[in-house]
Amino acid sequence: MVSRDNRIGGDRRTEGCMSFLLKHRELALSLIIVLMVTGISIYAPAFATFENAASVLNDTSILCMLALGQMMVILTRGIDLSVASNLALSGMLSASLAQNYPDLPVIAFIAVAIATGLVLGLINGSLVAWLGIPPIVVTLGTLAIFRGMIVVYGGGNQVNASEMGDVFQSFPKVTFFGLSTIFWIMAVVAIAAWLFLSMTRVGRGLYAVGGNPVAARYCGIDLAPQQLLVYSVAGSISGLCGYLWVSRYGVAYSEIASGFELTVIAACVIGGVSIAGGVGTVAGALLGALFLGVIVNALPVMQITPFWQMAISGIVILAAVVVNARAEKRGVKLILPEARLAAGAAK
Amino acid sequence: MSLAPRQDVADAAPKSIADRLLRWESILVVLLIAVIVGNTAISPYFLDIYNLSDATYNFSEKAIVALAMALLILVREIDLSVAAIIALASLAIGLAAQAGAGLPVLLLIGPLVGAACGAFNGFLVTRIALPSIVVTIGTMSLFRGLAQVVLGDQAITQYPKNLTAIGQSYLIKWPPLPYSFVIFLALAVIFAVVLHKTALGRKLYAIGNNPVAARFSGIPVDRIRFMLFVLTGLLAGLAAVLLTARIGSTRPNIALGWELEIITAVILGGVSIAGGSGTIPGVVLAVFILGLATFGLSLVNVPGIVISVLLGLLLIVSIALPIVVRRLMQKRPAG
Repeated sequence: MVSRDNRIGGDRRTEGCMSFLLKHRELALSLIIVLMVTGISIYAPAFATFENAASVLNDTSILCMLALGQMMVILTRGIDLSVASNLALSGMLSASLAQNYPDLPVIAFIAVAIATGLVLGLINGSLVAWLGIPPIVVTLGTLAIFRGMIVVYGGGNQVNASEMGDVFQSFPKVTFFGLSTIFWIMAVVAIAAWLFLSMTRVGRGLYAVGGNPVAARYCGIDLAPQQLLVYSVAGSISGLCGYLWVSRYGVAYSEIASGFELTVIAACVIGGVSIAGGVGTVAGALLGALFLGVIVNALPVMQITPFWQMAISGIVILAAVVVNARAEKRGVKLILPEARLAAGAAK
Repeated sequence: MSLAPRQDVADAAPKSIADRLLRWESILVVLLIAVIVGNTAISPYFLDIYNLSDATYNFSEKAIVALAMALLILVREIDLSVAAIIALASLAIGLAAQAGAGLPVLLLIGPLVGAACGAFNGFLVTRIALPSIVVTIGTMSLFRGLAQVVLGDQAITQYPKNLTAIGQSYLIKWPPLPYSFVIFLALAVIFAVVLHKTALGRKLYAIGNNPVAARFSGIPVDRIRFMLFVLTGLLAGLAAVLLTARIGSTRPNIALGWELEIITAVILGGVSIAGGSGTIPGVVLAVFILGLATFGLSLVNVPGIVISVLLGLLLIVSIALPIVVRRLMQKRPAG
C-alpha cells in the first residue's frame, strides 16, 4: 500500500528546516508566492500596488472556487473533467434567463446557475456512485455532452453584454474594501469548505475514504453517498462560477472556459492535493490557484509575451509534483523488514 | 492507489457461444453495424467508396495514437500530452521545412521529437515515480506551450509538395486507400499480434493486473512502462507527420483536444481504465464506430459540437448499459 501523510494528525517531531517546509506544503507555497511577488515588484514596481493585488485576487477567485470543488472530488480518489463545461452551460442558461427577463433580481440568475450546476453534478455523481463507472470515464463523457448542450439549447447563438441587462452584469462589479463581490463570494465558499472539511464528520469522512476506502468502509463510512455529495458540490460551485464568469466577461457562448478543467486540476496539484486521494487542504488549493493567478498577471508586467504562459505553467506543475513526490514517498510497504534484516545477517 | 488485482486474466479463449456473444467486441460489432445501417439510411452518399475513403482521413491519425494509448491504459498509465506532442512534433517538421530539409528528414524528425517527448514523460513516471495523469497534464502544457512560444500567433504553411502529397493522395489507387489509413491498418495488425500472441503481450496484462506481483515475477515493469511512453510519443510524432502533410500547416492549436477523443476511443474499445483488460480488435472497432458516426452525421450537416454530444452519450451509455443489464439479471433470481 501507499504510505503517506494524511494530514489528519499533526506531526510533533522536531525536524530540519528543509524537511519542515516539505511537510508543511502550504507554508512553503506561501513563501514561494511571497518571494515571487517581491521579485516581480522589484522589477516592476507597478505590480506591488493595492489595485493590482486586488485585480489579481479578483481574477483568480473563480479558479480558487473551482479548485476547492475539484479538491473534494480528488480527495475521494475521483476526478471531475466536466467542471469547465458545466460552468459554460450553467452560465449560458443563466445568461439566457437574463436575456428574456432582464429585470429579475440578481439572486434569480445566481439560483438558476447553481441549480443547473447542481443537476449536472448529480448526473456525474449518480453515474459514479450508483453505476460504479470510473470518474474519469464519466466526466470525459459529460465534458463533451455539457458543452455540446449549449449549442443544442441555444442553436449556436451567443448572448452578448448588451442583451444581458444591467442587473445581471452589475453584481460582480460591486466592490467592498476595494475587492469585488466575486472575491467575497470566494472567501465565503472557502470558509465554508474549510469548516466542512475540518469540522464535520462527513468532511473528515472524505479524507478517510480517499486515504483507505476499505478501512473507511469497515468504519461505517459509505463511499457512494460521499461520491454523490462531492460531485454535487463541485457541480454547484461550477454553476455559481458559470454565472460569475459570464457576468464578469459579458459574453456567453459555447467555447467559454474551454480547457479550463485542466487549469483547475493543475491548481490542485500545485497546492499539494494528491491525485491518489486522501491528501489536500483548503489552504493548499487556494494557494495553488493563487500561484497560477500571480504568474498569469505577472507576465504582462514583466513584459513577457503571453505566449509563454502555457509553457511556464507546465514547468510549474511539473516542479510542484516533483517536490510533492519528495514529501510523500511512494513505494511498496515491506511487511516484515526485521525478517529481511535477520535473513541478511544470517548470510 | 490500491495494488490488488482487478481483472481475471483468462487462460483460454471463451468457450461457449453465449460467452462469445457477450464479449465486449461482439457488442461493438453490433454498434458498428448499427452506425453503418443508420448512416446509410440518412444519407445516400454514405456508402460511396470515395466518401468512405475520405472519412478515414479524419480518424486515421487519432487511431494510430489510440493503439499506443490502449497499451498505456492497459498497464494503468495514461498520456494526456499526446495532442501537445503532435503540436510540438509538427512545429519541428515546420522548422525543418523552413530550413530547407529534404523529405527523409521531414519524415523522421516528427517521430524523433515525439519519442523524445515520450521519453521525458516516461522518465518522470518511472524514475521519479510520479502519477502519469499529473505528469502528462504538466507536459501537455509544457509541450504545447513551447510550440506556442515559438509560433506566437503565426502559422507555418510552406511545406514541400512531396510532403503534402503523402497527406493528400492515395497510397493505393483502387480501392482508394490513403497513406494514413494503410499505416493504421498495418500498425493495428502488429499491435494485435504482439499483444495477443506474444509473451510481451501477456506481460502487459500482468502489469496491468498487478504491477507488484508482475515485478516479483521478474517482469521489468518500469522498463516496459518507459518504453510504452516512448512508443506513444513516437506514434504521436508519426500522427503529426501525417496531419501536417494533410492540412499543410502548423498552428499552435493544431490537434487541440485530441487527447480526449483518443482516450474516448480506447475506453469505448473496452480497455479498462483500471488496467489489465482490453483488446486491440476492440479499440479498432471503437475507432471505426466513432470515425464513421462522426463522418455520417457531418454528411447530413449535423454541427461538430452536437456530434460530440452524441459521442459522449455513446461512451457513457455503452459503458453503463452492460452494468445496468448485469444488475437486473442478478436481481431477478433473488427477487
